[in-house]
Amino acid sequence: MRSLRSAALTIFTWALVLMFFFPILWMVFTAFKSELDASSIPPKFIVDLTLSQFEDAFNRGMGFYLMNSLIASVGSTIIVLMLAIPAAYGLSVRPITKVKDVLFFFISTRFMPIAAIILPIFLILKTIGGLDNIIALVLLYTAINLPIAIWMMRSFFSEVPLEIIEAAQIDGANLRIELTRVVLPIVLPGIAAVALISFIFAWNEYFIATLITTVDARTAPPFLVSFVDGRGQFLAVLSAASTLAVLPVIIAGWAAQKQLVRGLAMGAVK
Amino acid sequence: MTTTAPPQQGSIAVAHAAHRTAKKKARVARRLVLPALIFSIVLTQIPFLVAIVFSTLEWNQLRPDKIHFNWFANYAVVFTGPDFFSSLISTVTITGSSVVLSLVFGLMFALLLDRKFTGQALARTLVITPFLVMPAAAALIWKWSMLDANVGMVNWGLNLVGLPSISWNTDLPVLTVIMMLTWQYTPFFMLILLAGLQSQSKEILEAASVDGAGPIRVFESMTLPHLRQYIEIATLLGSIMMLQVFDPIAIMTKGSGGTKTLSYLLYERAFIGLDVGQAAAFGVVTVVITIVTTSIILRSLFSVFIDGGKR
Repeated sequence: MRSLRSAALTIFTWALVLMFFFPILWMVFTAFKSELDASSIPPKFIVDLTLSQFEDAFNRGMGFYLMNSLIASVGSTIIVLMLAIPAAYGLSVRPITKVKDVLFFFISTRFMPIAAIILPIFLILKTIGGLDNIIALVLLYTAINLPIAIWMMRSFFSEVPLEIIEAAQIDGANLRIELTRVVLPIVLPGIAAVALISFIFAWNEYFIATLITTVDARTAPPFLVSFVDGRGQFLAVLSAASTLAVLPVIIAGWAAQKQLVRGLAMGAVK
Repeated sequence: MTTTAPPQQGSIAVAHAAHRTAKKKARVARRLVLPALIFSIVLTQIPFLVAIVFSTLEWNQLRPDKIHFNWFANYAVVFTGPDFFSSLISTVTITGSSVVLSLVFGLMFALLLDRKFTGQALARTLVITPFLVMPAAAALIWKWSMLDANVGMVNWGLNLVGLPSISWNTDLPVLTVIMMLTWQYTPFFMLILLAGLQSQSKEILEAASVDGAGPIRVFESMTLPHLRQYIEIATLLGSIMMLQVFDPIAIMTKGSGGTKTLSYLLYERAFIGLDVGQAAAFGVVTVVITIVTTSIILRSLFSVFIDGGKR
């Protein structure tokens, strides 16, 4: 009786999980169909699979836009780490008097609606000729991700036992050695989590990209949106392009699931 | 540290030394924080100050010759125009419903996936995935593959069980945005609540059920109180993220049918209406609303999780 109920609950759980996951599954499946099969009603579950939609997506320049996404995401993640690691360390292990105010300032910048500050940024970029420039994108993504990164990183640093740091200081370690040899190895999983989350947010960003880029610096998300046009059949090629665009993040997220979960749960709860 | 020094002669010198190290530490800490601080100020605070200046100007990009200072006229238009309050309502409706639904589904998944069962790890991986999917791609797939009146899978599913098709995108735009947001944010709530569930001692739960408490009673009187702070934080962070939501609205509804949230209205004013002064005033008001709301939220968060924390 007990095991029967448990089995029923397991089946129920799996049914819900698969329903929840279905849109992604269907997107990947549709990507391998012909346009005709993709928009047929009732939906076809047994079809001839083809790679031609992926080919079509690349012919329309998908590779170029993915490359821009990669440069913007990796670039901003590197700068985020370079700025956030020392800042979070300063705010946690070497407490300064106004920690709360500084933290509050950082986190409040994250909650400032980007829509409100994008107009001045847009006009400034337009004036200095910085529109459609990948560097502008990198800097803006850094600004968006920095507060979250500092907040999460601080919670990881706070887990480092103070005794270890003090011992290193007594042994005469200077700040650089203290940080690179003693503290960073301990918080490495935390840094991985912050890097991953920062990468994901930058890779997935649509609003800023669609406003400040047009051709040269255009990233994958606004390009995807351009697939939908009035000419009708686009579902299969849209699915193929979407699959290409979401795959790197999904694979990274799955592979580093432990870090991702830790980062999100810690950043939120601690 | 040095405070353990005996309170005899020399203690003043020791105190001075301690004071000096503390000061030096603070100086080092400030130096570590400064680059990030400057970066944030240059890229977020200064544009905001510029926006405040813009908000006092009569400045339509279609008439660039007519720029002039007009005090608070733009703000008057914001508060007297019909758009502001209706978009405030849209924002509250969409964010509120999506947060509540994500919380309910997130809690349900967290409880189901906390159980040990066949394929538990895989099931967790699959449930996390929607949070990883690019919102632009998710919005497109939901709009066309899932919710389209003719070729959408949701209508096919409805027909399968004998229900009629629904024109989701044209008749129920608010619902389509809420569905999409709930789908994307359920994993976020699930993750935080799962962390909460896993921090709960299983022994106490077992003891309670040995003592004869049923699963519902255990959930009500033990699990739920334990989860309270996790629920609060997930709700607050989820609300803050969803308050700014733009992608599904721009892609799925273009602000039609009651989906014109504050951030979409702002975008429309600035980049379609090309009215810089108006858009900036809208922006400043939105920022004030957001900062006030989040300040209240964050102050209470900080009092629990930072003042109560060890450092």
